[in-house]
Amino acid sequence: MADARTFVSRRAGLRLWLSGGWLVLLTLAAVLAPFVSPQDPLAQDLFAARLPPFWQAGAEAGFPLGSDSLGRDVLSRIIYGARVALIVAVIAGTLTCLIGATLGLVAGYFGGWPDLVISRLVDIWMAFPPVLFAILLIAVLGTGLSSIIIAIVVIDWTRFARVVRAEAMRQAAMDYVASAQVAGRSRAGTMLREILPNVLPTILVLLTLEMGIAVIVEAILSFVNLSISTDQPTWGGMIAEGRLSIYQAWWVLVFPLVALFLTVLSFSQLGEGLKDRFDPVLR
Amino acid sequence: MPILKRLLLRLVTTFVTLFGVAVIVFVVIRVVPGNPIAMMLPPGAGEDDILRLKALYGLDKSIPEQFLIWLGGVLQGDFGTSITTRQPVLELVLSRLPATLELSVMALIIAVVAGGILALTGTRLRGGRVEAGIDVANGMALSVPDFLWGLVLILLFGVLWPVFQISGRVSPNIDLPFSTRFYLFESVLRLRFDIWADLVSHMFMPALALAIPLAAIIAQLLKQSLKETMHLDYVTLARTKGYGENHVIIREALPNAILPTLTLVGVQFTFLIGGTVIIERLFSYEGLGNMAINAVINRDLPLIQGIVILFALIFTMVNLLVDLTYAALNPRLRRG
Repeated sequence: MADARTFVSRRAGLRLWLSGGWLVLLTLAAVLAPFVSPQDPLAQDLFAARLPPFWQAGAEAGFPLGSDSLGRDVLSRIIYGARVALIVAVIAGTLTCLIGATLGLVAGYFGGWPDLVISRLVDIWMAFPPVLFAILLIAVLGTGLSSIIIAIVVIDWTRFARVVRAEAMRQAAMDYVASAQVAGRSRAGTMLREILPNVLPTILVLLTLEMGIAVIVEAILSFVNLSISTDQPTWGGMIAEGRLSIYQAWWVLVFPLVALFLTVLSFSQLGEGLKDRFDPVLR
Repeated sequence: MPILKRLLLRLVTTFVTLFGVAVIVFVVIRVVPGNPIAMMLPPGAGEDDILRLKALYGLDKSIPEQFLIWLGGVLQGDFGTSITTRQPVLELVLSRLPATLELSVMALIIAVVAGGILALTGTRLRGGRVEAGIDVANGMALSVPDFLWGLVLILLFGVLWPVFQISGRVSPNIDLPFSTRFYLFESVLRLRFDIWADLVSHMFMPALALAIPLAAIIAQLLKQSLKETMHLDYVTLARTKGYGENHVIIREALPNAILPTLTLVGVQFTFLIGGTVIIERLFSYEGLGNMAINAVINRDLPLIQGIVILFALIFTMVNLLVDLTYAALNPRLRRG
């Protein structure tokens, strides 16, 4: 048993390092995109179409991960695609967190009619198929970065609201909250100074997980061609193109898929790792 | 008496939810820029034609008026007419529903079987390397959503080792002598196992993609409750009576450990159904989800509305069923 536990905790540490490492690498690549990408991600060259990755016969220098059917460099497109993915992850994740957590905190701590209204809204939201809802919103808002961010916030605030509400209710029933009120702290003051700090670890875990979800939603939207303008490279868009030429040029699908897979996995492993770190029972 | 009250309350909230969904969808899609009428008219159509067509689809009235008219129709089973195909929405939606239901149920069965086997194996061999391995696999499966598993499966079993079909619901050269659209179900009833095999080889990859995350959730939760149950006195008693470990786990611990998992499976099943939208797109599977995405792209308002309402209806019904099953199975709730 003790052996299994050290095995698990060593693996958990490794997991945090690996996922953190990948995200740092990706962020660096995205920030330094103009300097590190070998080609212009939009440059088409029909004489260099469908070049295989570097280890295969017929590969060309300057296209390390091959090129797509229009002769665009796959690696450069992945690097520029990372910009979109990370911007969406950070901005949409943070906004969703702020709105959802606030509503959850208010519903959980104040109860009464705010709780009733917010809980009913959550119920209604849960009855929507999320992907369909996202596509619908993009059709209404029009494509573009801000539309994607708005769509993610509108769909996913319930994730925070539900969990934070339950956690705030649990905290509100504890003795320290009652004593803060006895000591004369206002309701709002108690919520922000007493409840919020105790719910914060949960919120941080959810935020990390939400960033991974935002990356996926952006990829799904660009996969159905409803993300940002089509001439800007996105992982989902690359995957959609790769899906069509899968038998002729597998690398157009595989490399953006690997990037997306690792990114989503990293955000989620980071979240799980934080959960273990914060949760005294699990530790 | 309390159970009846619970039931009534639950029905009321279900209706409130469905009404809320209807209002939101209705309002959201009426803000759509891009005039659907303009796309339907031949070039050179005059102002009168536009007005006539608007009147035909009721688009000339105010939004609350349009909503009431639409709601009145819905209550009589009339969901309007699709703008792109000019067929009744209800007919279109019902023609695709069986495909999506078969896919979802197949995914659910795969998830329950795989998750159950993993949980039982993990409990039987607990504390060792096998359990640690199952935990790692679960963690991976949970971290990555169905969309990505779908792509991975396409690469592995569609391209690298092409044993399954990755596009469509059935091979185009097959004649379907069926009277319903529940092809998979009907092929079994008619003993047409050749068609059944073709359907399964198309359905297996998308169903597995949908099933992987759910299987992991089932495995994790069921294993946890099994392990907790294994410490209870009555299980120890069964063990001292001389029953083997397999008997103890399956006959004694499982019936008591299964309830929380059952509730969770119900809720997660609605997420799975929601996942069919993009999975059907990915595998070009002709179900509701694929139709929904086309409807959004074509700005076919009545059709989008119908599909979203149908999804919401399925979600709320599944949740209602889960609640009722839970209440019926849990003796503490039954007595109120």
